[in-house]
Amino acid sequence: MTWQGRVRTWQLTLLVLVLAGWELGAATGLIDPFFLPRPSAILRRVVAWAGSADVYNDLAITLTETVLAFGIGTLLGVAAGLWLALAPFAAAVADPFIKALNALPRVILAPIFALWFGLGILSKVALGVTLVAFVAFFNTYQGVKEVNPVVVANAQILGAGRGAMLRHVYLPAAATWILSSLRASIGFAVIGAVVGEYLGSAAGIGHRIAEADGLFDAVGVFAGMTVLSAFVLLLDGCVSLLERRLVTWRAPALNANQG
Amino acid sequence: MGNAMAIGGYGADRHSDTTADAVRFDGVTIGFGDFIAVRDVDLSVPPGEFLCIVGPSGCGKSTILNVITGLLKPRTGTVTLSGQTLRGLNRDVGYMLQQDGLLPWRTVLDNIALGPLFKGKPKAEARALAAPWLDKIGMAGVGERYPWQLSGGMRKRVGLAQTLIMQPRILLMDEPFSALDIHTRHLMENELLRLWEEARSTVVFITHDLEEAISLGDRVVVMAAGPASHPVASFAIDLPRPRDVAEIRLTEPFLRLHRDIWDVLRGEVMRSHTTVRA
Repeated sequence: MTWQGRVRTWQLTLLVLVLAGWELGAATGLIDPFFLPRPSAILRRVVAWAGSADVYNDLAITLTETVLAFGIGTLLGVAAGLWLALAPFAAAVADPFIKALNALPRVILAPIFALWFGLGILSKVALGVTLVAFVAFFNTYQGVKEVNPVVVANAQILGAGRGAMLRHVYLPAAATWILSSLRASIGFAVIGAVVGEYLGSAAGIGHRIAEADGLFDAVGVFAGMTVLSAFVLLLDGCVSLLERRLVTWRAPALNANQG
Repeated sequence: MGNAMAIGGYGADRHSDTTADAVRFDGVTIGFGDFIAVRDVDLSVPPGEFLCIVGPSGCGKSTILNVITGLLKPRTGTVTLSGQTLRGLNRDVGYMLQQDGLLPWRTVLDNIALGPLFKGKPKAEARALAAPWLDKIGMAGVGERYPWQLSGGMRKRVGLAQTLIMQPRILLMDEPFSALDIHTRHLMENELLRLWEEARSTVVFITHDLEEAISLGDRVVVMAAGPASHPVASFAIDLPRPRDVAEIRLTEPFLRLHRDIWDVLRGEVMRSHTTVRA
């Protein structure tokens, strides 16, 4: 069997074992289904949802928030990272402020954003942006700082001006770092969206989970988590695909650990 | 950076004086703070000459190249290029560093095309200019490879094409082949001589390897041990061209030159060692 096949087989076996043990525990009364509902009950709920239109509406809203937060956050972070990496003075001035802002637990901002931007999509996007932008910023900054100085010197000798340096040297150098940060970023964008929804909204997967939570409906909470996990896996797959398509110039040894 | 700075007078009117020295130093002193790297250097390189500069490490060889590019201002003295005093940046030099600076995210062809691209040529045109260079450096058919797929020698070839496509009137080389194994090194040296004999640009080649200097150059200048270094001797290398660098080192005239120059160089190397230890 191939490596890939063996990995998949083990993953599947592990999943089945955990779910079967869980189901068995609930059936024999070892696990109280009120706190930890049966996997079969969760699955039935997910299937029931899949048959109604509401869940797609919720998914569409969460997806919109996630994509917007991801896109805006990445753009802001990359722009700020490029600027500060190439302007050491500005970077020195901004340093304590950036650290202070990044140290702030973002959840605290959710009520403020709800106050500023209302209970709609915008407050969730804002929360996601504050998470994503920092990831993109730090990675871009690092990427530019780690460009081989010989490459920089050689490009300047060949006559590259400031614009050409940015386009042909700094940005591609940072691209590896930025791309590898995208997978972390998409996770953060989802967190921003769902936490925002959970704390105050009228729609979205986070709202669905919060509603079930309010009714002590553990099955609903777990079903919401299941849908959310599948959603994140799908997004992560998309980002991986993007990464593989964009970085073709790297030695395979560097990519190999991702199979 | 370049646009804001004054362009050297040399570049403004490159055909001003074809008989004057391509590079001329008059009483040039260069220092950094209290440290004097080179002092009172007089040096003249006629157009088309292949000049090799040898000297112990730390004797300011690279400093001299940086002055020719205009990146480094001499503290005193003047630098004249083809009869014109150098002010600002010299846009007419090609500079090959010890390590190659290929862009890892560009193919071989795109790397060679960088110079024309940076000069404002459209991408397609720059690539068209670069294409014939693949043949010239013996790398036809591998233009679409990325640098990580190349051997050290191949990377050097690409670096050489990157520099030569700009058709620099003065080619500066700072120990470009020192990191290569001996066989690849001989190959690259022969390659360089072949390309130079076509282009006949003026070359200032820095090395610590005396054999390399003699087998390549028209002339070898020996620098004194630093600090406050300066040329101590100049030897004309009257070996016939075209040369094969691997074979020429076995000939009697080569060995005689080697002996003569080493007599001078040895003293400087010894002196640089005692200075370092003190």
